[in-house]
Amino acid sequence: MSGYLSGVLVAYLLNLIIAYAVFLPGAGGILNLGVAGFVAIGAYASAWLSNEMEWPLAVTILLSMGVSALIGLAISFPILRTRGVYMVLATIAFGEVVVGLLINVEAIGGAAGYPVFEFIDLPVIALCTLAVVLFVVWLMSTRFGLALRAIHDDEPVAALFGVSVRGVRVAAFTIGAAIAGLGGALYGHHYAYVDVIYFTTLVSIYTLLYVLIGGVQTPWGPIVGAAVFSLLPELFRGATEWRYVFFAAVIILIMAVRPEGIITRALLLRLKRRGTIAAPTKEAAQ
Amino acid sequence: MDVLQQLISGLMLGSLYALLAVAFTLVIGVLNFLNFSIPGIFMMGGMISWGLMSQTNMVWWLAMAIALAACVVASLLVERFTYRFMKMRFGDATEHATPLVSSLGFLILFQGLVLIKWGPEMQYFPSPWQDPNLRIGELVIGLPQLASLILALVLVGGLSLLLARTGLGRAIRAIAESPDTAAMLGIRVNRIVPAVFIISGLLAGLAGVLFSLNYLQASPRMGDEIATLAISAMVLGGLGSVWGAVIGGLFLGLVQVMVIQFFGAEFLRAILWGLLLVIIVVRPQGVFGGSKISKGKF
Repeated sequence: MSGYLSGVLVAYLLNLIIAYAVFLPGAGGILNLGVAGFVAIGAYASAWLSNEMEWPLAVTILLSMGVSALIGLAISFPILRTRGVYMVLATIAFGEVVVGLLINVEAIGGAAGYPVFEFIDLPVIALCTLAVVLFVVWLMSTRFGLALRAIHDDEPVAALFGVSVRGVRVAAFTIGAAIAGLGGALYGHHYAYVDVIYFTTLVSIYTLLYVLIGGVQTPWGPIVGAAVFSLLPELFRGATEWRYVFFAAVIILIMAVRPEGIITRALLLRLKRRGTIAAPTKEAAQ
Repeated sequence: MDVLQQLISGLMLGSLYALLAVAFTLVIGVLNFLNFSIPGIFMMGGMISWGLMSQTNMVWWLAMAIALAACVVASLLVERFTYRFMKMRFGDATEHATPLVSSLGFLILFQGLVLIKWGPEMQYFPSPWQDPNLRIGELVIGLPQLASLILALVLVGGLSLLLARTGLGRAIRAIAESPDTAAMLGIRVNRIVPAVFIISGLLAGLAGVLFSLNYLQASPRMGDEIATLAISAMVLGGLGSVWGAVIGGLFLGLVQVMVIQFFGAEFLRAILWGLLLVIIVVRPQGVFGGSKISKGKF
């Protein structure tokens, strides 16, 4: 595989992992605009554990996911008390606080950035992404996923039917934080360098945008959304300046035409029906 | 004397935050809509007036007028494709996160277009004055800064008079209370809502022009940093409260100058956003009191 292709692929896979970190709370109606904070926590935690403690990669990555999840759990209670615009602002504030604190810690390089020595390449990242996708697809097919979707569609009714709204949302937010931590850890080890300027609110904004473009109704949405964000601009490489304008136009257009995102439950149902109708006619023709 | 000088610069800086915070808070207060395109409109105010002045040698007041007109048009464009579109399709534009997301799209769009036209570099903004400083004893007061402080106070005073006394103001407040009831009572919601966007776009654009005048610079990213401060000012004052936003803006200007003085600039962001997070969680109605807006929508 050429260097260019694998580079694009790695960027896509990392974006996809972070997309699922935003998707899980998003599926329950929580807009997380602070995901870059969790990615930063994962990246720095894993980098520090592997540089200073020299623990094996699997351990440091799992531990950094744990750190991210713990902070996510702790912060989810105050953040999930808020609603609407306030929740958007609270999550942005969280991301900014994380970055603002990390930049002042000299032990991990401060504003100069922090080199990471252990290297992780495409195959491992691909395996991790696959695991995340399968996990989220499985999770959304369980009772938990059903409860999450119910909360997204109608919170009071979900509560009336006995769903522990707060419990489910806290769990979704925490699992999302763990996945973001994984994304951050892989990011740091692949690019061999972490710097807070990679984890700005703009990153959170872009991530939320492509997750919503893909759609939060089904776990397949992020795959499409991340592709729109990571792969389509590559087709326009000749006009690099135009890629953000193009991306912005796509966002505005999709939000106007398909406000629930590209992949919706209705769309999947339609495709499935067409499949089952098409199949018998094929047999009949034989 | 040094502290007094710092106080003055803090207040002047704060007046810029106040203008931008009022632009944010007006749209949130009336429509429950966090309009993320405002930093982009702010940036357009500075960049377009710079572009016209430096590349076509236009007189400064004409260049700024054209820039402000462009800002108003941009703001109306945002209204057309976020708020009104959702209103037409779903009857309630604020039930979905869509307007918020589309406004982020517009922010990226505006920044992208300016980047293509003028590139990412920071530009030197020509000053229309020979000596833009006023000296009282040892105190140095920048004329543009003084102008922005006075303009901010006058504009916001005018705005609150408009909201309190005029028919347009009454209509805007009725829509803020309940768009459906307002429509039932004969208010033409589709005529009034653009007025809110015009005012908000004008304030944001003006803040951008004044910012460029104060710091003699303009860049495609100039809106990012100041928008976070304006949003903080708005939260501090309570979402939807015009005077709250002004006081929040002036207060933040002071805090910023003091934090930089005593702790150093590198702690500014963590302190500011930490404060914001605490306020949102503990006292979401703002420090100064009870605005009744934002019913948990976007």
